[in-house]
Amino acid sequence: MKKVVVIGSLGVIVYYLLSAFVAIPFGADIIKGVKEFYLQKSPDDLKVANVVTSIVVNFRGFDTLGEVTVLFLASTALGSILYHRRSQHSGLNPQRTSVEASAIVQTGAKIIFPFTVILGAYIFIHGHLTPGGGFQGGAIIATGFLLMLISYRKFFIKHNALTWIEAIAGSTFVILGLFGLIYAKNHDFLENFLPAGKLNDLLSGGIIGIIYIAVGFKVGAEITGILDTLLTVKETGLDPEEN
Amino acid sequence: MQEFLTYSIYGTAFFLMLLGLYAVLMKKNLVKIVIGLTVLDSGLNLLFVAVGYISGGTAPIFSPAVVGKHVIMTDPVPQALVLTAIVIGFGVTAVALALVVRLYRKHNTTNIDEIKNLKW
Repeated sequence: MKKVVVIGSLGVIVYYLLSAFVAIPFGADIIKGVKEFYLQKSPDDLKVANVVTSIVVNFRGFDTLGEVTVLFLASTALGSILYHRRSQHSGLNPQRTSVEASAIVQTGAKIIFPFTVILGAYIFIHGHLTPGGGFQGGAIIATGFLLMLISYRKFFIKHNALTWIEAIAGSTFVILGLFGLIYAKNHDFLENFLPAGKLNDLLSGGIIGIIYIAVGFKVGAEITGILDTLLTVKETGLDPEEN
Repeated sequence: MQEFLTYSIYGTAFFLMLLGLYAVLMKKNLVKIVIGLTVLDSGLNLLFVAVGYISGGTAPIFSPAVVGKHVIMTDPVPQALVLTAIVIGFGVTAVALALVVRLYRKHNTTNIDEIKNLKW
């Protein structure tokens, strides 16, 4: 009975949504917005080849700062929801998995891990030239760490180091924004104040490259921290203090 | 042809969104509810990107092969918004999974019928 009601109401929703969106035929150029401004301004003034990057980091840079803050809040909330007391008897961390991965997985992970990190770094360094950027590169670096975490029982991540990377990367973002208030032409927060360079050069786009490198480090550290927290769950029953 | 593309691509996006919504409303397992949320997310992102597409358009990147020529480029604004939406969706999923782990530790089950005060 409940199923029929739910499916019926979802059907009504999809009918009206589809009939509304049919007014925008797929592939038709009928949405007149700020597209032309961005497509013209990004290569001419900012010298950033990837327009999506220039929107995310420059035109909507404040929004991206909020986005990074949301990610930071998520990792902090995760840490506070899933906190662990270190066991009093031994100072060791709680164990991650009950079985060790096979030798094939371990050897493969050891070989692939450095290349994954290098690929992630490449993607966030070239964020203003090719598809990709800080968030994508950070996610790729975190997958490398995930591979190591699930194949080695004794692969522990130093949370102090993660905290420092996050702090330095986050303050780089904010401090570059504040420099924009002083040195940039219009004295705006997060405005570009470095020379723009030449289109399609690695050192082009001013502060965009630096900000995306900072974002890459921050996102990589945060996702690695989240994965480590989620994977380090006690397996043997409940905490005696929690009941 | 365009009619077909319009209906099939928007239809896929709405189908994913409603599949996720259905899982959120009907499933009893908390992990499946979180999976439903992520499916809803992907449907929404697909819809955003599809609305911004312009037929024959390239990716909005001024690579050396494109500079100086007159090419049509797709709308970069929805793509930037979707980039934000994916990251926020990741954060939401992580926190939701953490809450599920916490509930599992407390009640030893992920079925919402067995956890009091979580039924509808």
